[in-house]
Amino acid sequence: MSAGPEVALELDCRGMLCPLPVIHLGRRIGEVAVGELLAVVATDVAARTDVPAWCRMRGQEYAGEDTAPDGSPRYLVRRTA
Amino acid sequence: MTSASGAAAPGGPAAHGYLDAASSEPLHPAARRTLLAALDQGYADPRRLHRSARSARLLLDNAREVVADCLDVRPDEVTFTASGTDAVHRGLLGLRAGRARHGDAVVHSAVEHSAVLHAAAWVPGDHVAVEVDRSGRVSPDAVARAAAAPGVAVTAVQAANHEVGTVQPVAEVSAALAAGGVPLFVDACAAGGRLPLPAGWDAAALSAHKWGGPAGVGVLLIRKGARWRNPFPGDDRVDERATGFENVPAALAAAAALQAVVAERDEVGRRQAALVDRIREGAARVPDTEVVGDPVDRLPHLVTFSCLYVDGEALVDGLDRRGFGVASGSACTASTLEPSHVLAAMGALTHGNVRVSLARDTTEAEVDGFLAALPEVVAGIRAEVGL
Repeated sequence: MSAGPEVALELDCRGMLCPLPVIHLGRRIGEVAVGELLAVVATDVAARTDVPAWCRMRGQEYAGEDTAPDGSPRYLVRRTA
Repeated sequence: MTSASGAAAPGGPAAHGYLDAASSEPLHPAARRTLLAALDQGYADPRRLHRSARSARLLLDNAREVVADCLDVRPDEVTFTASGTDAVHRGLLGLRAGRARHGDAVVHSAVEHSAVLHAAAWVPGDHVAVEVDRSGRVSPDAVARAAAAPGVAVTAVQAANHEVGTVQPVAEVSAALAAGGVPLFVDACAAGGRLPLPAGWDAAALSAHKWGGPAGVGVLLIRKGARWRNPFPGDDRVDERATGFENVPAALAAAAALQAVVAERDEVGRRQAALVDRIREGAARVPDTEVVGDPVDRLPHLVTFSCLYVDGEALVDGLDRRGFGVASGSACTASTLEPSHVLAAMGALTHGNVRVSLARDTTEAEVDGFLAALPEVVAGIRAEVGL
């Protein structure tokens, strides 16, 4: 497996339904430093829309989607403020 | 006591706090009066030749003429169907069937009603969704580009979006399609009666209970000269495009409601648009809340917004407990457990979503009451999750 982006904190939100993954994201974004990446691993399909929407509404940077080793979608957020 | 005679006062207002008229508008008083009279006059088979049948036929023809007049179409372009969904299926799939020599693919905007998506998925061939912008509007050029691909039989673009209210550029889409010859189906169920029917359709669908007519009446429009073939088994009724025994009293009541709604459209629409502006401003003041859909070029009676960190079902329940009935596009409120494909296509937040739609007689006081309850309900739900 190629080296992925350097993630400072990964949240395991597998099996959680909306809006729980975004609630966890909102609670824990403060634990990474400005400029660092936080990753949300979420199986709920709404996260694909709601994580980028959260970034837009909260002024953070959505850094794209990749895949966790088990194949679950992983959404990357860079803390900008 | 359970009684089939109904509980509401004749022609009385909708329940206080009913803010879900886009799902179904309460029966218009004009429709109620007409329905009651027509039930006694329009029971017979309009296909028969005796006196009672001629009476029913007269009522049906009258309904058709009134609807045609309200929509500025020809009476022979109007078919009454069993529902708006039925009209969507017949309109879209009939145009597709009429183009069988050219192909079988369906091109549609990404924000069409599920009736369009289900119809497209039901037939063989590709169905291609054309992306929309952040306001939910489709680009005419993008539709034309998708329709220019080989094998495209038909395109579908709604008159206005049923979830966020954004008006689609139907006339421009039609102009962009003209050179390629691919026909255009327009789902006008959300906009019917509330906005003039846009120009440029080859077939269109409307739904009577969305404008204050009775449920169980759809209107299918087939443009004179359009290539349309019945995609379903035929029947031997008054109108070869529909099947089943005509619901003559309901069709006439639907026509009466449409006539009344079109006559009062400017006044009601202006009042509703101002109230919706107020809701948009009030909702936007709730922290971490995003109001979606075009703020200006939109349906007059409808607004959608999403509240961060809020469970959609909890929001609908909380507002219901405060006396306000609203719809939601959030996954947890949907039978499918999928978030609204409309909100997802727009890139809008799908959780914590509420659609507020005003009935004809929704008052300023109801809107103010809703706007007073909303921040408290949202704050209460957020407090429970510690945000």
